[in-house]
Amino acid sequence: MLSQEALAQIDQEARKYPAEQRQSVVMSALRIAQAELGWLSRETIAFVADYLDMPAIAVYEVATFYNMYDLEPVGRHKLTLCTNLPCQLQGADRIAEHLKARMGIDFNETTADGRFTLKEGECMGACGSGPLCLHNNHRMHTHLTPESVDKLMDELK
Amino acid sequence: MSLHIPDTQVCLWTLGHENPSSLATYTAHGGYEAIRKILAEKMPAGEIIEQVKVSALRGRGGAGFPTGLKWSFMPRDYVGDKYIVCNTDEGEPGTFKDRDILIYNPHQLIEGMLIAGYALGARAGYNYIHGEIFEQYQSWEKALEEARAAGLLGHDILGSGWDFDLHAHHGYGAYICGEETALLESIEGKKGQPRFKPPFPASFGLYGKPTTINNTETLASIPWIMRHGGQAFLELGKPNNGGSKIFSISGHVNKPGNYEIPLGTPFATLLEMAGGVRNGHKLKAVIPGGSSAPVLPGEVMMDLTLDFDAIAKAGSMLGSGAVIVMDETVCMVRALERLSYFYYEESCGQCTPCREGTGWMHRIVRRIEHGQGRPEDLEELVRIGGNIAGRTICALGDAAVGPVVSFVRHFRAEFEYHIENKRCLVGA
Repeated sequence: MLSQEALAQIDQEARKYPAEQRQSVVMSALRIAQAELGWLSRETIAFVADYLDMPAIAVYEVATFYNMYDLEPVGRHKLTLCTNLPCQLQGADRIAEHLKARMGIDFNETTADGRFTLKEGECMGACGSGPLCLHNNHRMHTHLTPESVDKLMDELK
Repeated sequence: MSLHIPDTQVCLWTLGHENPSSLATYTAHGGYEAIRKILAEKMPAGEIIEQVKVSALRGRGGAGFPTGLKWSFMPRDYVGDKYIVCNTDEGEPGTFKDRDILIYNPHQLIEGMLIAGYALGARAGYNYIHGEIFEQYQSWEKALEEARAAGLLGHDILGSGWDFDLHAHHGYGAYICGEETALLESIEGKKGQPRFKPPFPASFGLYGKPTTINNTETLASIPWIMRHGGQAFLELGKPNNGGSKIFSISGHVNKPGNYEIPLGTPFATLLEMAGGVRNGHKLKAVIPGGSSAPVLPGEVMMDLTLDFDAIAKAGSMLGSGAVIVMDETVCMVRALERLSYFYYEESCGQCTPCREGTGWMHRIVRRIEHGQGRPEDLEELVRIGGNIAGRTICALGDAAVGPVVSFVRHFRAEFEYHIENKRCLVGA
C-alpha cells in the first residue's frame, strides 16, 4: 500500500526512539502515509497499524485526534487559512472571503475539479507574519494579500 | 525583521549576522563554548543548576515557573534512563517566538539541551515541534546533523566519554500538546490528553522515566547563562524576573514581530518599537501574554512594565510574552467569539467541565455576536466559567475561562449593547 520510499522514511523516523517504543513513530508514519496517498482511509490506517504492530484502534485514535490528518479525500492543494484572533486583526477575514470567492467554495469544501480544498485553521505560531495559510500542511505562505493569494492559486495547478 | 539591540539579546542575537542559523556563525561568537567548558572541567551538575537558580530564569512557555527549581526536582541518583524534552509546540494564539529561535539560532537551542541533558543526567532529548511549522522541523533536523558531524552529539561528545543524542518529534495539529504531559503522551504515540498529576514528569515522565520539559526559549537561554553567569542574566531583567524575553507583538501595530528586550521594560516602549498602533488609531485593549491571558484595557496597559510580577498584579499574566494589540475599531464581542471558538475546538475532551463548558461558552458568545443574546447571558458566562476553572486535569480549562471573564468584566457595556440592540457598539 505504501511505497518502499515511504516505508524507508518511517523506518528512518523510528530510529529516533528506543527499540521497544515503536509506537512513538505513529504520528510520523501517518504524516508520511498521508503525504503519499493524499488522505488517510481506514485501509491506510489499518496498514500503518500492521506495520507498527499496533492495534488499529490505537492508530485510528491518533489519526482522529490531531487535526492535520485528513480522514476524507481532499483536493490536490489543501489551503488551511488561520483565522484566529491575531490573524483576524491583521485581515484574515478579507483573505477568507477572497479565497472562497476565487474557489467558489466555503470552508471544508473541495472544488468540483478536485484542485483545491479550503480549510479554516487554528494558530500556526507565526502571527507576526499574518494573515497566513498552509499549503498541504507543510509549506507556509505569510503576509497574504488578495494579490498574493491570486498568484499562489495560479501557481498551484 | 526584529530590532537588533546588542547586549540584551539572549536568543535572537544572530539576527544581525550573515547566515544566522549556521554552526559557523554560532561558534564564531562563542557558541558551544559553555558545553565545552562544562565537559572539559567535568563540572558538577549541582553547580549548573545553582547558576540557573541564581539567574532567576522563569519558564518562557507561559507558566513562568522557576527553571532552576524545576531542574532540582529531577532525581539525581536514579538508575536508568532520564530525558530532557523541549516544548516547541507553539500554538498559543499570538505567540511566534520559538519558531524564530529555530529559524535564526537553532544551535543555541541544541547547546541549551546539551547542557540541560548533562546537568539532569539524561540519555537523550526530544524537541516536540508544532505541526504547522514543518519547514522548521526539517531545518532543525539539519542543524542536528551539523552538530552531530562536529562531534557535538552522539557517542563520546567532544572526547569527554559522555553519550547524549537529540531528536525532533513533529506534532500534527493539537494545541493541547503544549501541555507538558499531553506532549509526553503524544511522543509516546498516543492521543495528546494530559495526565493526572501527581506523579509529575520529574518522577514519571516520557516512557515512565524521569523527565524535564522546558520551553524552547527557556532552553535556548541556558548557554548564555552558563557563559556569562547567572548573576549577569538576572541583572539583564529585574529581581525575580531574570533576563531578556522575546515579546511577540501582533494585531494592530505598524510593525508586528519579535522584540527581545529586558523583562521590566515598559509596555509603552515595546509599543513604540513596534511602530505604535497602526495608522494612528487609538489603543483599545491588549492581551499581554497569549490568548489565555486576561485582556486589559489599553490605558491600564500603558502604565505597566512587562514582567511576570507587574502583569500579574494588574490581573493578567505575562504568559508566553505574546502581546496582542487591539485598536478602537475592534468589536470585543467578535474578538471573544473567535477566541472562545478556539478553546472549544482545542479542548481534548477528557474532562467534562472543559469539554462541555467551552462549547457552552462559545455558543453563548456567538449568539450575542449574532444579535440573539439574552439578558441573562453575561451572568451565565461568568457562572459557567466558575464551574470550569480549577475543575479540570490541566490548565486548558482555566485558559478558556480567562478571556471570557476578562472580556465581559472590562468591556461589559459593549456586550450589553449587543444584547439590547442586537448590533455592534463599535461604529454605531
